[in-house]
Amino acid sequence: MNKQTRITEIVEKLSGKPLAIGADESLFESGVLDSFALTDMVSALEREFSIRIPDSDLTPRKFDSIARIEAYIETHS
Amino acid sequence: MAYLRAFGAYLPTRVVDNAELAAQTGAGAEWIVRSTGIEQRRFAAGHESVASLGVAAAQDCLENAGMSPREVGMLLVACSSAPCRFPGPASSIGTDLGIPGVPAIDLPIASAGSLFGMALAAHLVPAYRNVLVIGTEIMSRVATEGDTAFLFGDGAGACLVSAESGFAEIRDALLSSDAEFADALRLDLAAPLYMEGRTIIMQASRKVPRAITELLHRNRIPPLDVQVFLMHQANLNLIARVAQTVGVPQERFSCNIQRFGNTSSASLLIAAAEWRSQDPSPLAGPAVFAAFGAGLHWGALLAVPKE
Repeated sequence: MNKQTRITEIVEKLSGKPLAIGADESLFESGVLDSFALTDMVSALEREFSIRIPDSDLTPRKFDSIARIEAYIETHS
Repeated sequence: MAYLRAFGAYLPTRVVDNAELAAQTGAGAEWIVRSTGIEQRRFAAGHESVASLGVAAAQDCLENAGMSPREVGMLLVACSSAPCRFPGPASSIGTDLGIPGVPAIDLPIASAGSLFGMALAAHLVPAYRNVLVIGTEIMSRVATEGDTAFLFGDGAGACLVSAESGFAEIRDALLSSDAEFADALRLDLAAPLYMEGRTIIMQASRKVPRAITELLHRNRIPPLDVQVFLMHQANLNLIARVAQTVGVPQERFSCNIQRFGNTSSASLLIAAAEWRSQDPSPLAGPAVFAAFGAGLHWGALLAVPKE
């Protein structure tokens, strides 16, 4: 399973429904995730990819879309 | 030793519900409740000031303590909505309490100021005996934009920390500051309050539970042994998230944000005053206070029953 598929599964699990937006679209502006789900998503990403996301990286900008999350994972795993 | 002796509070009389703010903020009443837990808040009257609110809370606290203002050795006043750059309201509050000459220190730390004041007071009481910590805010005059105005309310709280006696002993505190996200929550000169909500929630969701957990761990207290958690009333969903992460039922967190909104540095002490007024019996177990605010500043404080 590639990274994007694994990230998508995490997002779908948190939102409780199939992802219906493109990889570059905002997860927040589209209403897929809210601020609190974002925190859960970061924790899930840490577990799934065995990485530690420091507080200094905890900004919505870095986790705003599937593509951005994938880019972050690529450079930190 | 440092003891929590009493709490007090003052809330302005004018109740402002979400429907009243809907036209100004563009936020629907139900959406505000769903996203913040806030149903109403209080707004200060035109003649009221952060100093007058602070004096009223201080008087309530001293009355609850059965203590005269003349016995207060120091004032620590947290306020992030003072009307001018300086002076802050601390010296006015001291004078209006009838104790001019008593040192009165301003702590302009939004939201976390009262927690920092309580922790500082615990270290200061050996020299000053009775330190009165006050958090006082008129947020309705600074949070005026649509995307933040519905979050905030006005009010003041107070806490008397004493070297001699009290209902609980302040055992430990963990305070932290980091400017990494200082720009995400700020009040610039001649500008309304600015907040990047998602960033602040993400940071608070991590930093507050971590502070509480570390504080309890180093004092060998399991979270479920804590009788009550009192937290800065920023957002009911955030409080629920912190409870979940710490591993305790949300009911352990004393909340009044539904009725008073986010009163910044006053909220922790207003919540504590309400908690003590509802349950003035001796403390049965540890109490944990926690806050997070602009700066960023955050932390937690542990109080335990008197031995």
